[in-house]
Amino acid sequence: MSNEHDQDGEDMSVTAPASALSSVAANRAHREPGNMPLGSGLEARGIHAWFGKHLALADVSLDFGAGTVTALIGPSGCGKSTFIRTLNRMHEFIPSAAMAGEVLLDGKDIYDPQIDVTKVRLEIGMVFQKPNPFPSMTIGENVLSGLKLAQIKRDNKEQLLEECLTRAGLWNEVKDRLDAHAGGLSGGQQQRLCIARSLAVNPKVLLMDEPCSALDPGSTLRIEDTISQLARTMTIIIVTHNMQQAARVSDYTAFFLSDGGPGQMIEVGPTNEIFSRPKDQRTENYVSGRFG
Amino acid sequence: MSMSSLVILTLIGLFLSLRGYQAFKSQGFHFITGVDWVAAQDGSGEKNVFGLGAMIIGTLVISATALVVGVPLSVLTALFLTFYAPERFKKFLISVVDLMASFPSILYGLWGFFVLMPMAEYWAKLIHKYLGWIPIFDVPQPAYTRSPFIAGIVLAIMIIPIVTSVSREIFAQTPLDRIQAAYALGATRWAMIKAVVLPFGASGVVGGAMLGLGRALGETVAVYSVLNIVFKVNFQVLYGFGGNIASMIVQKWGEASLSEGKALLAAGFVLFIMTLLVNMGANYIVRRTVKTGR
Repeated sequence: MSNEHDQDGEDMSVTAPASALSSVAANRAHREPGNMPLGSGLEARGIHAWFGKHLALADVSLDFGAGTVTALIGPSGCGKSTFIRTLNRMHEFIPSAAMAGEVLLDGKDIYDPQIDVTKVRLEIGMVFQKPNPFPSMTIGENVLSGLKLAQIKRDNKEQLLEECLTRAGLWNEVKDRLDAHAGGLSGGQQQRLCIARSLAVNPKVLLMDEPCSALDPGSTLRIEDTISQLARTMTIIIVTHNMQQAARVSDYTAFFLSDGGPGQMIEVGPTNEIFSRPKDQRTENYVSGRFG
Repeated sequence: MSMSSLVILTLIGLFLSLRGYQAFKSQGFHFITGVDWVAAQDGSGEKNVFGLGAMIIGTLVISATALVVGVPLSVLTALFLTFYAPERFKKFLISVVDLMASFPSILYGLWGFFVLMPMAEYWAKLIHKYLGWIPIFDVPQPAYTRSPFIAGIVLAIMIIPIVTSVSREIFAQTPLDRIQAAYALGATRWAMIKAVVLPFGASGVVGGAMLGLGRALGETVAVYSVLNIVFKVNFQVLYGFGGNIASMIVQKWGEASLSEGKALLAAGFVLFIMTLLVNMGANYIVRRTVKTGR
């Protein structure tokens, strides 16, 4: 099981030379840690992941600073989707999946047997590749569904609803039809609805697994906008096939690669540097569009 | 294959309706709505009165009891098999449930009589004590054995395999991305099931329940073994008498006069039509659910 067989219609890596990407990365406003609420940092230590006997990911260690956006890039089958799913324990839903290593949120291992896994997923939210709103619920119910699912009591639900939809950049489009079913929204709107839904339970970290791969370019830009807004308040980790996207939204970029064996993390650094002067030849080959 | 079963089905329907025609003709609408069944001796010149109503009502009361008890149990079983059972035992447990479908109904009848009845009598007393103010749970005299309630529970056990297996197949088709969405929002397994699986599977459960109903309507031997069959209208499920069409036919068949025999065949035709309609409805719902996935 992996998400690697997705279509990748908007991948511009073939046409975009590395120099153009690095200038995109250099031009974007750099986030300075000020007095903003920045979410929590996440540290992955020595992550291995297996499907049955097949080792899919070997020894990945990565730090994600509070309030940063980190992009995970790499060709299909490199284990980046598998990696991101170990960060909120979604990996273990796949039968026969196993993992080793530690993921520290605020210094506490989320794989500690003492820890309540449902609480972990409240703190580390996730947005999936394909928009997946609950079709039996209205737009409003979708946004607030996390409260019901995790049995969180909260007053001022209306206020929370507006706040989440605003943060996800969807409020103006849906404020008059909160009671309509979510299935009537466009793909891009549905994905922003899913982001709003994740925000309602107030996560400190948001994982995004190729959130734009099923969307048209216009919707993609809107989501990227949303990501930039959100990054002021939380830590974001995004898997993407689209190097333009990595350059546009992320502060740091990690490059994953599998040379036929298990996926590995080849290199991580500030996005600007990964696209302008990568240290590893394989990263250079990938970002300059020579393969992938 | 499906052609030949259609032919057989049509022939059975024709046979029952032709043989029963006289009863329909002489009784008219009273055959369905009437609630008395008085068979005269052939040639005595007295008038036959055949009104199946009491047994139609009895059939519905017992079947409804079976659904009320059986469907929740089946849904829980299906949820357990799909989302809770350890992978290693899953196949084994599924085959155990399917095996239940292949037991002869007389075994259920005997089990119901000897094992279930003493327990169910106690439950019936409890229900009467606390819910007796609801008309259907009222009991005029303390006669709790051999009631429609007990027959309903036996039928509930008998429909569990079919309702469980249809529900299980629908639940297993719940889209993975919705399940993951719920988990990613911090849902427990049960919260996920309530928010995602049950809304998705609801119409499939309805279809499975109707297939179960189709089985419950026509069940004969098991009902015959546990129920005190009396030809009278009885809505009081805990009260110790009742009947359904099939068991009544069995009870009366041996001693029936020629004209009563025809009336029993006509009763069989009514049951045939009821079962056919319910099964067709169930198949339609199940097939539509499987196809559209919602």
